Amino acid sequence: MNIGIVRRQHAHHFATADQEFSASKLGMWLFLVTEVLLFGGLFVGYAYGKSVYPEMWHEASKHLDWKLGALNTLFLITSSFTMVMAVNAAQRNKAGEMNGKMVGYLIATIALAGCFLVVKYFEYSHKFHDGMLPGIYYTYSGVQNANAHYFFGLYFLMTGLHGFHVVVGMILLGWVLVRATKGHFYSEYYTPVEVGGLYWHLVDLIWIYLFPLLYLVG
Amino acid sequence: MNDHAAHAHDDAHDVPFLEDGKGWKSWLFTLDHKRIGVMYLWSVLIAFAAGGVFALLLRLELMAPGKQYIEADTYNRFFTLHGAIMVFLFIIPAIPSAMGNFVLPLMLGAKDVAFPRLNLLSFWIYGIGSIMALSSIVFGGVETGWTFYTPYSTNTSGAVVMMTLSVFVLGFSSILTGLNFIVTIHKMRAPGMSFFRMPLFVWATYATSILQVMATPVLGITLLLLVAERTLGIGIFDPALGGDPVLYQHFFWFYSHPAVYIMILPGMGVISEIITVFSRKTIFGYRAIAYSSLGIAIISFLVWGHHMFLSGQSAYAGMVFSFLTFLVAIPSAIKVFNWTATLYKGSISFDAPMMWTLSFMVLFTIGGLTGLFLGALGVDVHLHDTYFVVAHFHYVMMGGTVIAFYAGLHYWWPKMFGVMYREGPAKFSAIIVFIGFNATFFTQFVLGTRGMPRRYYNYLDQYQPLHQFSTFGSWIIGLGFIVMTVNLLASFKQKVKAPANPWGARTLEWSIPSPPITHNFHKTPVVTEGPYDFPVEGQAASGAEGKHA
Ligand SMILES: [Cu+2]
Repeated sequence: MNIGIVRRQHAHHFATADQEFSASKLGMWLFLVTEVLLFGGLFVGYAYGKSVYPEMWHEASKHLDWKLGALNTLFLITSSFTMVMAVNAAQRNKAGEMNGKMVGYLIATIALAGCFLVVKYFEYSHKFHDGMLPGIYYTYSGVQNANAHYFFGLYFLMTGLHGFHVVVGMILLGWVLVRATKGHFYSEYYTPVEVGGLYWHLVDLIWIYLFPLLYLVG
Repeated sequence: MNDHAAHAHDDAHDVPFLEDGKGWKSWLFTLDHKRIGVMYLWSVLIAFAAGGVFALLLRLELMAPGKQYIEADTYNRFFTLHGAIMVFLFIIPAIPSAMGNFVLPLMLGAKDVAFPRLNLLSFWIYGIGSIMALSSIVFGGVETGWTFYTPYSTNTSGAVVMMTLSVFVLGFSSILTGLNFIVTIHKMRAPGMSFFRMPLFVWATYATSILQVMATPVLGITLLLLVAERTLGIGIFDPALGGDPVLYQHFFWFYSHPAVYIMILPGMGVISEIITVFSRKTIFGYRAIAYSSLGIAIISFLVWGHHMFLSGQSAYAGMVFSFLTFLVAIPSAIKVFNWTATLYKGSISFDAPMMWTLSFMVLFTIGGLTGLFLGALGVDVHLHDTYFVVAHFHYVMMGGTVIAFYAGLHYWWPKMFGVMYREGPAKFSAIIVFIGFNATFFTQFVLGTRGMPRRYYNYLDQYQPLHQFSTFGSWIIGLGFIVMTVNLLASFKQKVKAPANPWGARTLEWSIPSPPITHNFHKTPVVTEGPYDFPVEGQAASGAEGKHA
């Protein structure tokens, strides 16, 4: 895949390309702060539920399949690694010789995200089938403690919001991928790869908190 | 490396930004921060008018006890709309999004904000959110008040989901603006513009942006949880389902206390600019004012529990929150003292922006001090949920932010539109609003101490004289704003051309023509002095047109 590179002029309200790059990065970091705070509210809801109903929490969490959770953790950690490699390939892409590697790693990252969603789909459909639904739709009788609907309500909110972020990440990285195949990214300009990567690491990081809290600690 | 070609096409945009493109598309799809600022300006002014009409209707209903002309349910919907429109559609975006967008890059010597596309997106999101908020009127209205407290908000009928989702959407607009400004301030400053050469309005906007970025997501998730509660019955806020309604209050005020500083901090920034310019004197305590903005931003995250002294939170938590609330008064007081010291021995000129500013100083000080009454645990038990709270809130939000907004509007109007308004009516309107404001809201302090609860449709006969007086006051406020609006709009007809620097200010936005060209500066300015280095008496004054970098 040797299509070379397309050199890019920085946006003209910036004085230099460096200024543009560091501004974009700072912008993404700030956005990640807002994401952490957004999920923060759900973690507070989790802390409340677990402290008020410790037994129910323990009992209900047993009904999540930790093996599937672990498999998904593996998918996301690996995807973070392939993302790092994609950024690395972009940084070393002087004249298009790394285009192929960059594209390959991006495809791998998106594919792993897809695997995550497939596993999540099986988990969800199993829960739906057994009536482990949030709130008033909860009909499962396998948990004896009261208020188990609260646990599953939070489970679906937390993993649902996270899953939404995975989908957004796939779209974002898909756009990066398309541009990468056109040779838009090279050692002097790879901002979208970099900030897309930052976003993707956060999606991974949130899951790394969700997995033990929901599947293991319970 | 590839700089040389970057500015090649700049000359094509050497026309005033107002004339650079015609038709609605040239506005709705513009990336120019000044045009986006102007669009925000008209939007928030319309929101202010709408929210104001609801306020006048509410006051009219309260002329006498019992039903006057609307039902109790309608009354509840009106005060919810008044609050929600004023808070989410007007005050929060008013100064940062309208004036900040216009002025901030100019003050920094930048060509634009860091992310112009994101800036436009933020405006569109604001538009969508506003339409959603107003559409809730058609979908049955909301009668929860702007705080959407559970369990009422999860059980009542009406368009609570639509209204809360609209606030969720508006939150994103606020987050994106804040994010954009933080990056702009860090990365887009002109050469020589160090942090301590930035105008204080920029410092205030910086502190505001931090709050917007760090508090608004929590409101977002709170409202999502509320929607989930209403549609799925998750149970997190419902005791019958194992949850806790007080948890909602914690969530809500974790955002909404910092949010009152999102509302007031930019106002303080405007006042800092105007006071120094119209006193012809360097601001007193520049660094103290700058740092106090950051101080307010930090402490404001730790005081939310003062809205919940009577909610059943622990007495110990109440004490801590009360103490921290007293603490947050300090940075505000630092500002007021520094402004006063700036006036001292200054050569003060009483132009319209200054009249609004002096009005702010009086009203904000009263508002701030009465906040301490409410922050004191024992006193709050008596005053909680009375008109005293309503009066305090309006003294800081309307007497503070709204008045500061109009001070800023009169200050930057010539820069934004290139025309001068007539001084006489502008000053006159500031005075009428000041009188009407005190008549309306000082009365409500008295009503509150006598036990009149807030948000009530009906009341005991003994409160009627004060209620009536307050309603008369609201008409005076209305009159003042009508005079002001007519006067400002008339400036478009009179077409008295504004000079580049009508007030003799020293900040960068006044070094370029009024209105500015699309790319702001022909050449990126190089800053060599502070923002308020006025010529000292006796030295050769460089005059109004002074600072060309
Ligand atoms: Cu507060």
